Amino acid sequence: MEIARHWRLQRHRYSLVGEMCNRCGEKIFPARDVCPQCNAPAKTPFTFSGKGEVYSYSTVHHPPEGFEHFAPYVVALVRLVEGPLVAAQLTDVEGEKIEIGMPVEMVTRKLRDDGSKGTIVYGYKFRPVIVSRTPLGAKDAAL
Amino acid sequence: MNVMKPHRDVGIVGYGAYVPRYRLPGSEISRMWDGQQGCMPPVKEKSVPGLDEDVATMCLEAARNALKRAAIDPLRIRAVWVGSESHPYAVKPTSTIVAEAIGAVPHTLAADWQFACKAGTEAMQAALGFVGSGMADYALALGMDTAQGRPRDALEYTAGAGGAAFLVGPAEESVAVLEGSTSYVTDTADFWRRQHEHYPAHAGRFTGEPGYFRHVLAAASEIMAALGRKPADYAHVIFHQPNTKFPRKAGRELGFKREQLEAGLLVNEIGNTYAGAAMIGLTSVLDVAQPGERVLMVSFGSGAGSDGFDLRVTDAIDTRRTYALSTLDYVARRHEIDYATYARHREKIRME
Repeated sequence: MEIARHWRLQRHRYSLVGEMCNRCGEKIFPARDVCPQCNAPAKTPFTFSGKGEVYSYSTVHHPPEGFEHFAPYVVALVRLVEGPLVAAQLTDVEGEKIEIGMPVEMVTRKLRDDGSKGTIVYGYKFRPVIVSRTPLGAKDAAL
Repeated sequence: MNVMKPHRDVGIVGYGAYVPRYRLPGSEISRMWDGQQGCMPPVKEKSVPGLDEDVATMCLEAARNALKRAAIDPLRIRAVWVGSESHPYAVKPTSTIVAEAIGAVPHTLAADWQFACKAGTEAMQAALGFVGSGMADYALALGMDTAQGRPRDALEYTAGAGGAAFLVGPAEESVAVLEGSTSYVTDTADFWRRQHEHYPAHAGRFTGEPGYFRHVLAAASEIMAALGRKPADYAHVIFHQPNTKFPRKAGRELGFKREQLEAGLLVNEIGNTYAGAAMIGLTSVLDVAQPGERVLMVSFGSGAGSDGFDLRVTDAIDTRRTYALSTLDYVARRHEIDYATYARHREKIRME
């Protein structure tokens, strides 16, 4: 049942919630309950900042079922500042020059839309960082 | 006295805006339907949501900006209320999606509000009362829309996308304190959309005098009279902005100077964001307002009614506004599209 599967994943999809290893400090995404570095149990939730950079990318012209609405779209591997490498779509990039190393930030968008009788699945994507015209306060970096 | 104020002093602890990056120039709409470039559109351009955006995703970004400015634990939020006329589902709340994603669940109220363009400020009134009653310390009120305009209709030029979130809380933590609010409501059918209809209908010129002006002018006059204010007491005033003409005329009739409207008048750049229109104007004002300044916001929703809010900006504004992107940061993020791309984004092309 798709609904149950998406519901189980929505917490980490909506807000990029993974886990942290209490032994070695490794930040883990997606959650897997075991630290990939030191094999210790790791079940402490950790919310990622959503900041990262493009590690690699490609454009999908022939989408799988459920994603036709968005094609063509760009998929990328994003290296989060906390360490993990995440596969996700890039969004708000029409007319932008996408480059490896480009700074990106997480946004929550529609991942798929199962038509007028179905549900809408939301989750993380990444977009080019919006540059503020005025210097942002220190709190923005902390949150 | 037709002014409302809770016993407990309350205000806006955090605020945030969101505008999608796509812009459709008015000249592109007139090229499509009038076949000429010469006629003057009512606004320069309007914002259009991306293919993967809807009111839920847009609310989320505005709410996250409000939370950055408030810097509180989202688990302390006791209500997430979303006002909109373009909720993604007919049945299933937008507000639970927003509440879940910002980490406010499960001990929170959540509901969607509907009152055309007044839905967001109605949610604000309730949030101010909810916190003012002592039942909650924080409540989140949002006004957001991805407005649909019927192709070739006059409203197609202005029906935009965007809105704002306000985290309401105790006055002592606020960037703007509520001095009083009012609401002026009558049964006036100036704009409507029936169940299952894709596009709204409107009563043409009737939306002006009996709709917009009657309610906006009454709400503004009454709140100023009740609080003993005159237009010169306000540094900024924000009116609901379906176009540039209506809010400017309302301001003139009430005795405001044009410059008092400027900081909060965004309709020429982003179009009419319906339930978000007055509220995103207020975010833009808070981005520039100085401590001690007074601000008047008057919304309007067809059907019809207006909410008026009298706010006083506090010393906390100077630092708190720098914790998130400003409203003009979003307005400046601009990617121009043509009518064909717009038709695709707004699902005006049937694929099946």
